[in-house]
Amino acid sequence: MTTMTTQLEQWEAQQYKWGFVTDIEADTFPPGLNEDVIRALSAKKNEPEWMTDWRLQAYHRWLDMECPDWAKLNIAPIDYQAISYYSAPKKKPELASLDEVDPELLDTYNKLGIPLEEQKKLAGVADVAVDAVFDSVSVATTFKESLAKAGVIFCPISEAIREHPDLVQQYLGSVVPQSDNFFAALNSAVFTDGSFVYIPKGVRCPMELSTYFRINAASTGQFERTLIIADKSAHVSYLEGCTAPQRDENQLHAAVVELVAMKDATIKYSTIQNWYPGDENGKGGIYNFVTKRGKCAGDNSHISWTQVETGSAITWKYPSCILMGDNSIGEFYSVALTKSHQQADTGTKMIHIGKNTSSTIVAKGISAQVGQNIYRGLVSVLKGADNARNYTQCDSLLMGDKCGAHTFPYIDVRNPSANVEHEATTSKVGEDQIFYLQQRGMTQEEAVSMIVNGFCRDVFRELPMEFAVEATKLLSLSLEGSVG
Amino acid sequence: MTTPLLEIRNLHACADNQEILRGVNLTINTGEVHSIMGPNGSGKSTLAQVLAGKADYEVTQGEVRFKGNDVLDMDPDERAREGVFLAFQYPVEIPGVSNMQFLKTALNAVRKHRGESALDAFEVLQTLKDKLELLQVDQKLLERSVNQDFSGGEKKRYEILQMALLEPALAILDETDSGLDIDALKIVSTGVNAMRSADRAFLVITHYQRLLNYIVPDFVHVLVDGVIVKSGGKDLALELETNGYAAFLPTGASV
Repeated sequence: MTTMTTQLEQWEAQQYKWGFVTDIEADTFPPGLNEDVIRALSAKKNEPEWMTDWRLQAYHRWLDMECPDWAKLNIAPIDYQAISYYSAPKKKPELASLDEVDPELLDTYNKLGIPLEEQKKLAGVADVAVDAVFDSVSVATTFKESLAKAGVIFCPISEAIREHPDLVQQYLGSVVPQSDNFFAALNSAVFTDGSFVYIPKGVRCPMELSTYFRINAASTGQFERTLIIADKSAHVSYLEGCTAPQRDENQLHAAVVELVAMKDATIKYSTIQNWYPGDENGKGGIYNFVTKRGKCAGDNSHISWTQVETGSAITWKYPSCILMGDNSIGEFYSVALTKSHQQADTGTKMIHIGKNTSSTIVAKGISAQVGQNIYRGLVSVLKGADNARNYTQCDSLLMGDKCGAHTFPYIDVRNPSANVEHEATTSKVGEDQIFYLQQRGMTQEEAVSMIVNGFCRDVFRELPMEFAVEATKLLSLSLEGSVG
Repeated sequence: MTTPLLEIRNLHACADNQEILRGVNLTINTGEVHSIMGPNGSGKSTLAQVLAGKADYEVTQGEVRFKGNDVLDMDPDERAREGVFLAFQYPVEIPGVSNMQFLKTALNAVRKHRGESALDAFEVLQTLKDKLELLQVDQKLLERSVNQDFSGGEKKRYEILQMALLEPALAILDETDSGLDIDALKIVSTGVNAMRSADRAFLVITHYQRLLNYIVPDFVHVLVDGVIVKSGGKDLALELETNGYAAFLPTGASV
């Protein structure tokens, strides 16, 4: 009988299934970044002058900034002049219907299992409105009419800039200012597309909203910008999914997501990130450097981030909540998997400003092979934040003896009535656990999958049901061949 | 003549380059209850684990046939689906995995192998009801994670519950009595005895004779230094209780 090690050696690393390239004619800028490129980008999108000016302002700020180096990450230097900042499938002018979408694109999304036709339900069960973003443009948005009936605006941000300028001007950059950090400044200058959501007062959005980001063209960067506003007593649940083709080079994905929740409003934002992680030697893969922040602007508002990060060569992001309103609630649930040569430095910031605010952080890191997983979190209670409460649970699962998990929690409390709890565990997937499940009839892969999913349960539970199923499958798929 | 359920011939196995089993011979026919006793370090648990297929042990010689098939070639999960069940001495915890999910997955794995249809959660619960009662296991336990925060007695009863659910052809009980008080011992034994049938065989590994008052064996074997040195009927266990293992140890050795 073969020992467990020989069985593992016989497996090859699971191939990234989404690594195909779509053969499609694209309109791509030559690489390079300067004012002209930005003006050309803005012109491509038919943007009003105020938007072009905003971009240029951000660009000049960016020129004075430097890439931060405090993260515990090994990042190959990025040549910003070698990146093309715009690439869009050629056939797209304004699309009136799905019939006008290039069949190659439709095929791409079919392969990814993303329902672009409204009759097709996600996972066979639910109506989900989908905005499909391919490289630098949104290629389709479904259910716009049904949503419009409810007063919900769900459209590409490029469209919102033209059709709803007041809303965009009021809120863009209000949660993540241009100068917030190096990548936010870059994004503000060259952002291409992303989603814009506005839920009017008192409206509970009638269906899940989601955006699928697909990078296709080589040597391009993806800089999406998403802005979600929930007006008083509004509720929305939004999910983003991402995949990219297999390439030898690293590609940069520097996104900015801003959420604004007014009084009594709730925004639930879920991410299933599966960017190409690089090959088994650490070559290629997406650099996922993202700034995500939610402002609980109104009293009793509630923002919840749930993320399942299985891809990317490097993931660097801290979805955060600014708890300004009294009684506001911020939540962060995360599963980050680093396998092979992947690295992740991720976590959250919960800033308690109003009174009686509370935050919950549940961060699960899974490291396999030589993956490095870092949790970095900040719980900050400002002086005037009476009765603030935080609960943090930070768990690491190590698979094998060559991977690493590191935790950097920062707790900064300046109000004596605060109640802050932090718990952390580190564990291994025990061979005994695997053997126990095998002895009850499960294959080794099924056993590892069951154990890891059990580990992630507290996070998966937070995902909208249809996506929880996807996340479970994705994690199992991503883990294949990593027991050792 | 019918094929024996389990045939072990000249089994040698080692761990960390240390030989533990040194030529075990044993035949178990279906319907029989065998017991293995022996001093500490004799290889009792090793035998159980090698039969179940634990990767830590290397079989260096001999063969094991289950239902006539060479079992040493099979992965642990394959053996389990074929009908080998091991009630662990130290059942491990699996946080986040609910007992219900675990039992359902295990049962359906075995059912699929047998060509039976899968059961949904409701049907699994129905199947479990009388077994829960027999083993005095609270139904609320099903919502908890596998073995998490279970007392020693609860863990052992839960092992027998799983055995009752999976209906194995061969049930190996690895020192199920260790750490149990008299009441728990009786409950566990009731569970095991309820499963005795012509279609099933048991290999009861135990340190003390006491368990065998409740689960009365057909055959008793004494394992010393990795070899079975004596076999007999249930009276052999009583003999050991009185005289200890001294008679079977090499001169000068102590238990």
